[in-house]
Amino acid sequence: MSEFLTMGGYGFYVWGAYGVTVLVIMIELVALRARRRAAESAHAKASAR
Amino acid sequence: MNYFRYSSPAAFYPLAGTLARVFGWIAVLLAIAGLWIGFAIAPTDFQQGDAYRIIFIHVPAAWMSMFIYLVMAFWSALSLGLNARLSAMMAQALAPTGALMTFIALWTGAFWGRPTWGTYWAWDARMTSELILLFLYFGVIALRNAIDDDRRADRACAVLTLVGAVNVPIIYFSVQWWNTLHQGSTISLVAAPRMATIMLTGMLVMTFAAWFYAIAVALVRVRCIILEREQGAAWTSQLTEPGKS
Repeated sequence: MSEFLTMGGYGFYVWGAYGVTVLVIMIELVALRARRRAAESAHAKASAR
Repeated sequence: MNYFRYSSPAAFYPLAGTLARVFGWIAVLLAIAGLWIGFAIAPTDFQQGDAYRIIFIHVPAAWMSMFIYLVMAFWSALSLGLNARLSAMMAQALAPTGALMTFIALWTGAFWGRPTWGTYWAWDARMTSELILLFLYFGVIALRNAIDDDRRADRACAVLTLVGAVNVPIIYFSVQWWNTLHQGSTISLVAAPRMATIMLTGMLVMTFAAWFYAIAVALVRVRCIILEREQGAAWTSQLTEPGKS
């Protein structure tokens, strides 16, 4: 397992690359969910009028 | 079946929701398979050690960054030529995901370059043109936000996108046209790939994962854009009722 984490001495680079990739994808998904909710509730309000 | 039916936002909205869900799950399954191949099955590279495993996100992200731009340019051309608003919405929906892929390509490239070339960054033609691609995506998004009238923003963004499309072949051929620190392409459509089959398989599976991810996210985003822009249009009032969206 620790062999997996150290990546033969390249752990910082491999996990630095993968970690930030996962992070920005998460940011996109969270932002998109917030946008969807905002659009749906604004829309529900507008059509309730 | 009349496919033009789906060029209307009203008909496209529910279809996009279903497709997004399906493609999202396909992306998750492909990513799991691709990472399994990339980390559990593919062996350590004899020259680069395990640093090469960055390839499984770097190359798919770099391909997607260019491909998404071309798709965006396609929708932009369509929206200019046919004055079709759904086409413009598709282009608008793709820009943030294109920027995301470009950022990932640059970031993972830096983290791969450091252990293999000894530097995070160099102003060579491949990297510089990829950075320009990131700025083009940012430019299109900023231009959109700067113009209040949606249809005027559609036209302005479409023109900017089409002008910027000249950068994509520059990125792609940069490693041939200039002497770059970045290596030439390992994969070619006309010649046998110069890499081990299992590594290539992992990379292609991850590419399809990125592909389905991008489609799913763009479809969810285009649904948001439809809701935001078509507010007040009579058909949208049925969309957000419980169980319908």
